[in-house]
Amino acid sequence: MSFTTSLTVLLPEIIMAIGAMVLLLAGAAGGEKTATPISWAAIGVMVLAELAVAMGTGGPAFGGAFMADNFARYAKLLILISAALSVLLTEEFFANTKQSRFELPVLILLATLGMMLMVSANSFLALYMGLELQSLALYVLAAFNRDHLRSTEAGLKYFVLGALSSGMLLYGISMIYGFTGSVDFYIVRDVIAHGGVSIGLIFGLVFLISGLAFKVSAVPFHMWTPDVYEGAPTPVTAYFATAAKVAALCLFLRAIVIPFPHAIEQWRQIIIFISVLSMALGAFAALGQKNIKRLMAYSSIGHMGYALLGLAAGTALGARGILIYLAIYVMTNIGVFACIQAMKRQGKPVENISDLAGLARTNPKLGLVFSMLFLSLAGLPPLAGFFAKFYIFLAAIQANLIWPAVLGVLASTVGLVYYLKLVKVMYFDEPAEPFDSEIGIGSELIIILSGAFALLFIFTASPVITIADAAAKALLP
Amino acid sequence: MLLQALAFYLFSAVLIASAVMVVAARNPVHSVLFLILAFFNAAGLLVLLGAEFIAMLLVVVYVGAVAVLFLFVVMMLDVDFAELKRGSLQYLPFGGLIGLILVAELLMAGSVWVIKPLASGAVANATPQGITNTEALGRILYTDYVYYFQIAGLVLLVAMIGAIVLTLRARPGVRRQVISVQNARTAAMAVDMHDIKPGEGA
Repeated sequence: MSFTTSLTVLLPEIIMAIGAMVLLLAGAAGGEKTATPISWAAIGVMVLAELAVAMGTGGPAFGGAFMADNFARYAKLLILISAALSVLLTEEFFANTKQSRFELPVLILLATLGMMLMVSANSFLALYMGLELQSLALYVLAAFNRDHLRSTEAGLKYFVLGALSSGMLLYGISMIYGFTGSVDFYIVRDVIAHGGVSIGLIFGLVFLISGLAFKVSAVPFHMWTPDVYEGAPTPVTAYFATAAKVAALCLFLRAIVIPFPHAIEQWRQIIIFISVLSMALGAFAALGQKNIKRLMAYSSIGHMGYALLGLAAGTALGARGILIYLAIYVMTNIGVFACIQAMKRQGKPVENISDLAGLARTNPKLGLVFSMLFLSLAGLPPLAGFFAKFYIFLAAIQANLIWPAVLGVLASTVGLVYYLKLVKVMYFDEPAEPFDSEIGIGSELIIILSGAFALLFIFTASPVITIADAAAKALLP
Repeated sequence: MLLQALAFYLFSAVLIASAVMVVAARNPVHSVLFLILAFFNAAGLLVLLGAEFIAMLLVVVYVGAVAVLFLFVVMMLDVDFAELKRGSLQYLPFGGLIGLILVAELLMAGSVWVIKPLASGAVANATPQGITNTEALGRILYTDYVYYFQIAGLVLLVAMIGAIVLTLRARPGVRRQVISVQNARTAAMAVDMHDIKPGEGA
């Protein structure tokens, strides 16, 4: 495997890196007024990278540090789509508040690059480097609205807790390295297959899972999520809730399933534990929320719980369930955040659930799509969200995880309550003052796209499932 | 061999002497100059060991940057070192005692230290035959691990952008030099002519 082959395999990432640097230079030369063209150029770079991912060559690169298999490709496509749509949202959001800055799309490009490196990581070192590239950019993005107390608080909290979790992750990695003698996923797997699971390795594994659970905001490590989601600017929250979640969960999946298939008894109980707790907390804690972004944070915690159930299954079916889940979750969530961004009165964003009162009467179209997306998130058939949960529970039951699956179904019925409450507020409450009718063409496009996806997934499910199946097979043959 | 031994004793003697002088010198600028001398001699010792890369690093980083920085700080800040040092002798007995205890502990630990025979096999990354250790390190960093090296560069780039994004503000009221405006200034713009009548003043 020569250097040039490695570079060809890395073509999408190289496009992203060079694109980000060129745009940074262009922005620095052109000043603040270039923010809008640079946003569009960033979307262009992402589309280019997407084409490179779709048509590129697969295989390992750089001595096995990097792996571009079908799994990584699937994850990268999802990440790039959600990142591009998030840039579209940021462009409209900041153009409205007259705070456009060209660094924002550049940082999103670099964070997305970090995510792409994460999902392709094939050694613990590559995993950590990609993760840090992503996290560092995300901390800055969370605090981007630096004149707002909430935003800076979100950035600081995210940074401090993120650094703590990175420390735990590194500690775990160092233990794993110490007890297996390698950071390469496949070598670690071979060492465990021949040498068995030592107590030190289990310590390392627990720290590793703790660090990764923080990044996906699974329950004992979820505390940062509501504050960060609430404080960060809405389109940035959309980016956190879509692309960042896909990357973290795919990384979680790869970093557990490939090196530790022979330690499944050890990690499965941990994953089941955090999965069930996340589902429960996501459902119950969301009931009392007043702020829609906080509610979405708890909803995302719950959704990560369902997805982790697929990981607990530890089978190709479970991995397929996660990948289908992520595709549906991302497409639904980006629409929800586009709707949240449309909640404006006289150009000022409002975020309370009570502000949604009577939306179905003041703005019937927005109300309809908004409530449809919520019902999809709740998992009501025939909307897309139902299939997401269906494939997860199917995998869990086939892996003989009956109790966790039953608890999951119970949690999703509790979750249904708060989603239905939102629909009730929109349809049956006395109308509040209407929102601005001007939404912005990009947001409108995203809302329509996302609504159509949620509604029509039942007809287009089979290609998504086929691709997800191929991707899962790459990970767990 | 004799030459090497000679060089070793020369370097070590000068190193220890200049290290003592760093502490003992009255003038802080002299202290820093002795520190630089100590670094150079330590680099010489490293070259004798065959670790020429670390020797180079010591000269470039410590002498080139750190020591010069010290020198600047010492020269710029008016710190009265004599005042700071006064009375430090009275702690000498107690400090010496702690030092002795530590040395005793080190000796006790060192005397029972046994290296497992297996451990020598774990030294996998010895310098390959036939190339200098600068080249060996360069190969590892820029060839084998070029992927990680480049990502580390991107991480630093993000850190830089982040720091600028979060802290740089266009402050009003700051006068900046605009050379084009200065050059474009004509006499008519700069000088105002008044016709003052004699005996009246402005």
